[in-house]
Amino acid sequence: MSNAPLAPVPAGGDLTRAPLTPDRIWQLLDTVPDPEIPVISLVDLGIIRAVDIDGDKVVVTVTPTYSGCPATRVINEDILACLHANGIENARVNTRLSPAWTTDWISEKGRAALLEYGIAPPQPKGIPEACPRCGGHSLELTAQFGSTPCKALWRCNDCLEPFDYFKCI
Amino acid sequence: MTANVMAVEGNTLFNWLLRLGDNTLVLSHRVSEWCGHAPVLEEDIALANTALDLIGQTQMWLGLAGEVEGKGRDADALAYLRDAWDFRNLLLVERPNGDFGHTMMRQFLFDAWQNVLLNRLKDSTDPRVADIAEKAAKEAAYHLDRSRGTVIALGDGTEESHARMQAALDALWDYVGEMFLDDDVDRAIADADVGPLPSSLRDAWDGIVNATLNEATLTRPDSDFAQTGGKTGRHTEDLGYILAEMQFLQRAYPGATW
Repeated sequence: MSNAPLAPVPAGGDLTRAPLTPDRIWQLLDTVPDPEIPVISLVDLGIIRAVDIDGDKVVVTVTPTYSGCPATRVINEDILACLHANGIENARVNTRLSPAWTTDWISEKGRAALLEYGIAPPQPKGIPEACPRCGGHSLELTAQFGSTPCKALWRCNDCLEPFDYFKCI
Repeated sequence: MTANVMAVEGNTLFNWLLRLGDNTLVLSHRVSEWCGHAPVLEEDIALANTALDLIGQTQMWLGLAGEVEGKGRDADALAYLRDAWDFRNLLLVERPNGDFGHTMMRQFLFDAWQNVLLNRLKDSTDPRVADIAEKAAKEAAYHLDRSRGTVIALGDGTEESHARMQAALDALWDYVGEMFLDDDVDRAIADADVGPLPSSLRDAWDGIVNATLNEATLTRPDSDFAQTGGKTGRHTEDLGYILAEMQFLQRAYPGATW
């Protein structure tokens, strides 16, 4: 065993030494979880709208889900923290309102992760397709709002379990 | 920015934006007063979420107002450091909550109006206004869906709930007319196609409200009397109490953050 001190392992591993490309930034942002639904990444949520690189400067464009969502500020901080931890100091978050965020922008990977977590993913017809626990189709709305602005409360009449539904907007 | 937008004098646009932001700010505060007090947990959560959406919309409207004013005031400064006579909200939104049914009736009357307004604002010649409207309209549509459903359920409910909803409608009706009154600010905004004349929103609002009241078995009051003044800063005493609570922290500890 050598006595030489170990070189510090930078956060983010190999990504830290990778060249600064939009792909690399997207890859990094895909590791940042939504603060309130941590099984889904910010990229899967569809709120990262653009990544622009100018020299060593990175601008990430984010579209908020709900205008008053308290997670928005945390999300902006988490994005910068992730980039800083990976050696990207010169980064900024830009907010874009239009086009307004829609649940259509949630990725297939994100929808699968929501379902696995027990949250019924949004459906175009505005109501959940099936109970995320037992797959039952006899469903009942309990409340139009849930624990976060983006969710409503439903109940399955087959397994009698309550569940969250990701509102379709 | 288009040439039309430039035609609106900055102070006019500022005052008009304050009306939009103050409506959502004051109503948000009123609705948030229910937090921890609603009849059932689900309604408590729904009211808090509605208040949250309205605060988000306030940040956008007052943020833009501060930008237009150009004196370095942000949304927080405008919300916390103005006194009652500088607020431009409709009197309707500062009315006390009353019972749960009363709160939901006020919400419904406002939601119906806000939906019609925001859908028109999506076509604003000022892209900043159109962007905010596009975002807020989605939330407002959801609010209307809920408040409309609640008005119907309680209006066409028990004898007790029906009586309370009719009383709420009768009490709030005097505050409806102000939503549709045009003044010089509104006319300048409409001339530049930045926003619609309030009077032009009435037919669509009547359509939503009449259909809902009909389904709720409630009787629309036939009075046209309108309490006015909020849009020019003449408020009921209720606004002072709201501001005393809402602004206390920033007044007592200026610049406090956490």
